Amino acid sequence: MAVSVDEAVSAGPVPKHAPPTRRRSGRGRAIVEVALLTVLAVVMLFPVLWMIETSIKENRDVYAVPAKFFDFDVTLDHYRDVFVSSGLSVSFLNSVIVAGASTVLATVLGVPAAWAYSRFTLKAKKDQLFFILSTRFMPPVVVVIPIFLMYRYIGLIDSALGLILIYTAFNVPFTIWMMKGFVDEVPAEYEDAAMLDGYTRLQAFRKFTLPLLVPGIAATAVFALIFSWNEFVFAIFLTSSDEVRTAPPAIAGLIGGTTVDWGLVAASSVVFALPVLIFAYLVRKHLVAGVTLGAVRR
Amino acid sequence: MAGIEVTALHKRYPDGTVAVEHVDLSIRDGELFVMLGPSGCGKTTTLRAIAGLERQTTGDIHIGDTLVNDLPPAERDIAMVFQFYALYPHLRTRDNLAFPLRAEGLPKAEVRARVDEAARLMRLGPLLDRRPRQLSGGEQQRVALARALVRRPRAFLMDEPLTNLDAELRAEMRTEIKHLQGELGTTMVYVTHDQVEAMSLGHRIAILNKGRVEQIGTPLEVYDRPASLFCAAFIGSPPMNLIEVEVADGKLRGQGGLALTPPPGLPRDRRLVVGVRPEALEVAEPGAESSVPARVVSAEWLGDEIIYVVDHGGQHDVRVRMPSTVRFDADAKVGLRHTGGAPAVYDVSTEELVA
Repeated sequence: MAVSVDEAVSAGPVPKHAPPTRRRSGRGRAIVEVALLTVLAVVMLFPVLWMIETSIKENRDVYAVPAKFFDFDVTLDHYRDVFVSSGLSVSFLNSVIVAGASTVLATVLGVPAAWAYSRFTLKAKKDQLFFILSTRFMPPVVVVIPIFLMYRYIGLIDSALGLILIYTAFNVPFTIWMMKGFVDEVPAEYEDAAMLDGYTRLQAFRKFTLPLLVPGIAATAVFALIFSWNEFVFAIFLTSSDEVRTAPPAIAGLIGGTTVDWGLVAASSVVFALPVLIFAYLVRKHLVAGVTLGAVRR
Repeated sequence: MAGIEVTALHKRYPDGTVAVEHVDLSIRDGELFVMLGPSGCGKTTTLRAIAGLERQTTGDIHIGDTLVNDLPPAERDIAMVFQFYALYPHLRTRDNLAFPLRAEGLPKAEVRARVDEAARLMRLGPLLDRRPRQLSGGEQQRVALARALVRRPRAFLMDEPLTNLDAELRAEMRTEIKHLQGELGTTMVYVTHDQVEAMSLGHRIAILNKGRVEQIGTPLEVYDRPASLFCAAFIGSPPMNLIEVEVADGKLRGQGGLALTPPPGLPRDRRLVVGVRPEALEVAEPGAESSVPARVVSAEWLGDEIIYVVDHGGQHDVRVRMPSTVRFDADAKVGLRHTGGAPAVYDVSTEELVA
């Protein structure tokens, strides 16, 4: 809206009643906006840039005072260390397994649940949905001690399965809520028509509704995956051995010895950040489709 | 082809909502039966129970001689057309039509023949290779109708099929559906909230309200003698004028002295209301024979007719339909008189037709 107004003002002759200063003030505002956004972008992106720079610097350049921004020697030694000598590759593999498995589980459980909540009249449906949502109200750290004690009792402590289960428990409510919105958008008549054409209710769901939900499932799964991939609190409390630890606590564990190998920390952080970025990039079409689905009525 | 019997249907959802209180319907073989009512009256739920998409809490449904209570939708041998068409979005028109036949496992040649026949009947020739999103609303609905009729079902169920079309197309499709049903002679149950659709399509109309049947009758019966005050206020645009009357010296008299011919067999000692269609009243010059004084509040000019809203003797907003040649200005003093035969008379407390 604002854009079209600006265009209208600058394209035609300036109307008599409009003071000429208005155009300048509009341009001035644009300059201020760009300047502010630039500052914001620099502040936000600097840590990322610095992380990437540090990961490819020689150790002596990492510690150089004053800091070297451009004229340092590029090396990939830190990246080699991440995969070869540091033992972090096990942690990365654990992260892939835990995040992947919990995302798949949450989707497999959450999508049919969302469909059921969307399609059927249930007793106290709203209360049920609110209860499901309420499990996300408190910060996870609140329950970490009880979960720790329970896990120790049933032997899930320091196991990948334990982490997968707890991440799934946190992702299922999210999946149900997000997917219910998507299912609501798919007219139930497709399933009705398919049922009249000879399919059972579940077949109708699988054959007609599910394919239309793929963008929504992709978007939801990405968010669930990001949560599991980045999760730190449970990972550090519930796991202790290097064979089970996921990447976030493992990378954090690199800091705190007598010397900190910042190059290695930075390189492992880059490696840690990449998969989610790449994954989100690959499904970006579905993410956008997912966010805008239902914005326009058929 | 088959008739449909609905007996003592009751539907209550797990959350406690009662969608259908008690419905009995006896739909004849080959009939175009319309269920009419405001939203939430239970008409769609009843239709979906007949289709098998909802399981009734109690009551029986027969299609032909078969008790279908426990049959899944596919085994009831019926076809349904939905308000949102529900064409499979990833299939071309041709495949949408063939879909139910392939699901039945018919041989290819037979499928082809039936699809071609349905396409010819609904004039879909040029649309056969398009996908639903490339079709207009009217075209989509024609495809949906064709998809229903390729199956040669025992009955068609129509759930507000024309609601999403614009007015002109709706009138056109109405004629087409009526013609189609007449030609095929298949039983059709048609749900709508649009009384014009109901009147113009139905052989018989069932008016539903709050999960109960208020009246079943031909369009003419329903229009002339609504069975309850609800029907009286629901059918007709503008609806009937409801005027409180008392019986005095062989006439029905409303407040302000408006006199109406009483029907035979009027009960005594009850408070009565008459339902008078706007066309059974007349606005005339003040003082005209057997008229009572009234005042024009407003006039709605519809081109071929005028709807006058008049006040008379404490009775407000009486609607009168007049030809557009009879013209009075707003606020004009006029005479109001009843011209029709005996009106429908209702008991105030039971809200039902008494004579």
